[in-house]
Amino acid sequence: MADNDNVQSTVMSILTDLTGSDEVTKNPDIDLFTTGMLDSMATVQLLLELQSQLGINVPVSEFDRTQWNTPNKIIAKVESMQG
Amino acid sequence: MINLQPYANPMYFAILGVALLPLIIGLLNGKRLYWYGTLVSFIFLVLIFDGNKIHQGIALIGYGIYEVLLSWLYLRYRTNSKNKNSTPLFVLAVVLAIAPLVVVKMTPLFSPNPSLLGFLGISYLTFKVVGYIMETRDGVIKTFDAVKYIQFLFFFPTISSGPIDRYRRFVKDYDSVPSREKYLELMGKGFHNIMLGFFYKFLLGYLFGTLLLPQVAHLAMISRGGFLDISWGLVGYMYVYSCYLFFDFAGYSLFAIGVSYFMGIETPINFNKPAIAHNVKDFWNRWHMTLSFWFRDYIYMRFVFFAMKHKLFKSRITTANVGYILLFLIMGFWHGETWYYIAYGIFHACAMILTDAWIRFKKRHKGMFPSNKFTYAMAVFFTFNTVCFSFLIFSGFLDTLWFH
Repeated sequence: MADNDNVQSTVMSILTDLTGSDEVTKNPDIDLFTTGMLDSMATVQLLLELQSQLGINVPVSEFDRTQWNTPNKIIAKVESMQG
Repeated sequence: MINLQPYANPMYFAILGVALLPLIIGLLNGKRLYWYGTLVSFIFLVLIFDGNKIHQGIALIGYGIYEVLLSWLYLRYRTNSKNKNSTPLFVLAVVLAIAPLVVVKMTPLFSPNPSLLGFLGISYLTFKVVGYIMETRDGVIKTFDAVKYIQFLFFFPTISSGPIDRYRRFVKDYDSVPSREKYLELMGKGFHNIMLGFFYKFLLGYLFGTLLLPQVAHLAMISRGGFLDISWGLVGYMYVYSCYLFFDFAGYSLFAIGVSYFMGIETPINFNKPAIAHNVKDFWNRWHMTLSFWFRDYIYMRFVFFAMKHKLFKSRITTANVGYILLFLIMGFWHGETWYYIAYGIFHACAMILTDAWIRFKKRHKGMFPSNKFTYAMAVFFTFNTVCFSFLIFSGFLDTLWFH
């Protein structure tokens, strides 16, 4: 599945960029919010990057922190939204 | 006329416990008695707003009709595929939704009497309505269900002071019946919450608010005259008031959450050990959480999203900072139109901006500062005192101290 690989690497590169550390690839089940790696500002940047790089529209209302709190969960969400 | 203010005394819980019994038995047997739940809610609402509070009751009914109609009209507009998602219309809907609250909040500036539109809980209802409209705008609420919407808005355990629930989360609970195992667990947690609430509100809240607070206030008042009237009494007031505020409000929230659990509704928690926050950002994830998350999701994130998409500011730091100022100014005005609520808002906006700057500085200079248990304890101590100072501003005591 070339598409899914693309999603995975794109999401990881966005997250690495936003958190400023490669911890996200080393530990893809890390909680991004309780560790303080992502804040609201970075979350909005993530949503905007998903929109521009993958064409996925996530309204702020859909962003439930408990369902988007780890790199793996984000990838799964994005994949499901790509249909 | 009997009038029962929510959670005012232990008697209230006894009456409520008896009234909820059929609902509890129903839930234990896998049934949600909708008609009975509605009846109990209705009676307890009437008991809040009857007798000498009847004017508030009338205001509540008028407000309810107005907001439900407004929400319905906006949802009808949004779900008609012929319409585009007009921004001016969305703004208009939000302005109309908050208009009654604005009138109520502004009235004290012009009149000695409170507004006729006001009633206990109007602020919290307005948060729910605005959240509903924003989620309608985002297209995640697609169908209007008047009964569920009214149940959500007027859910009596949380009507006067929250916690602020969200429509889709509420409906998920309302539409389902927890398994017996799950419900027993909820009842256990609910019971624990209510007991802890007693301890917080009726014991510690009483100790700090009723017994100690007047003493330190008196001490501060008789020690006036120094620089900014600062005295040990004032320092005492700061800590005593902060403790009172926490135990009173956290106790109240625990009651509301506990009662919700017995009704099979998992109202979100409102406080998560705010005293151990290690910075102000962390504090707002632990203090009055449903309010701060509401501001985060519906004001801050939306503002930042809009500003970044339309490139309003050159740097994202500026964007974040303007967002903080906007959020906390609105929060200040929401608390009331006095200088000290607004100063409290500005103080927290500055604290957030400085916290972000400090986090950036530490990221740039990794290894420059030690990070261990001691520095962590220092951070917690510093945050605690910063927050207590902000509560001193919030208390309005400085207004009494300096100007009366």
